[in-house]
Amino acid sequence: MELAKIEKWIEKYFEGTTTVEEEKALRTYFSQDEVASHLRAYQPMFRYFTVAREEKSTKELRMRTGRKKNYAWLSVAATVAIALGIWFSTRPSVEEKEALVAYQETVQALYMIGENLNKGTDKIEYLNEFEETKNKILPPENR
Amino acid sequence: MKQAEFLHTVMPFKDKLFRLAKRLLVSTEEAEDAIQEVLLKLWANKGKIATYRSVEAFAVTTTKNYCLDRLKSRQAGNLKLVHSNYSDENASLQRQVEARDSVALMQKIMEHLPEQQKIVLQLRDVEQYEFEEISDMMDMNPTAVRVALSRARKAVREALIKKHSYGVG
Repeated sequence: MELAKIEKWIEKYFEGTTTVEEEKALRTYFSQDEVASHLRAYQPMFRYFTVAREEKSTKELRMRTGRKKNYAWLSVAATVAIALGIWFSTRPSVEEKEALVAYQETVQALYMIGENLNKGTDKIEYLNEFEETKNKILPPENR
Repeated sequence: MKQAEFLHTVMPFKDKLFRLAKRLLVSTEEAEDAIQEVLLKLWANKGKIATYRSVEAFAVTTTKNYCLDRLKSRQAGNLKLVHSNYSDENASLQRQVEARDSVALMQKIMEHLPEQQKIVLQLRDVEQYEFEEISDMMDMNPTAVRVALSRARKAVREALIKKHSYGVG
């Protein structure tokens, strides 16, 4: 490539007036080993730009999605858990049922005892009647 | 817009975003995280994507703003990274080594540029965008872009000439 052209482009380059195409040509010129000695100082610059463009990101992209869906399922699960909890806690357990039966049987037995005792007191009524009648008939000194 | 379609739109310029993020944040990991965040932002605004003149330009702007924010918060938290692993002294005589060193040297020079010049230089000389595209991305008029670019290039030249006359010789 013509050296005069390169020199002119370099001048324009530092003023920021070169086109993308001219800058490409400059990078190409500086990528070769034979560079005019008075331009050698610029070589790292243009070589660097070429090398820097090759660097790539190696990490895979991760897209976080479906979060809302998970929350929806979580609320359904929570509702079911609470409903089951309430149902189990209000339903009487087997032990409670057995205790209830035992209680009712005990009450029944106590009533039976009470009835029999009352039969006894009914008979005592007769004794009281006898006592009163006897008091009426007999004189007080014989009581 | 479906996810696959979105990724297909974004894929061609994903690496450009990464390189810009890395130029600003320096660390590769931070740059990877940055583009991840930027792409999620774009995905969240996918409804608006069709209304942008250029998705790529919008993505570059978003990346630039995100990285500048990160740098700001990093400075606020006093977490400025110090890079000292550049072997820029006593450059070797061998051409191969010279070429490798020149990349490291250029990286160091670019790191010292003001952020705006750094971004403009990256977008033009590495990614080869036109002035109109850059002014769109940077929200600057094309003349201001040209001035910033010229300043950036001259600053690099100055640093290189200094190095060339003292160092490599």
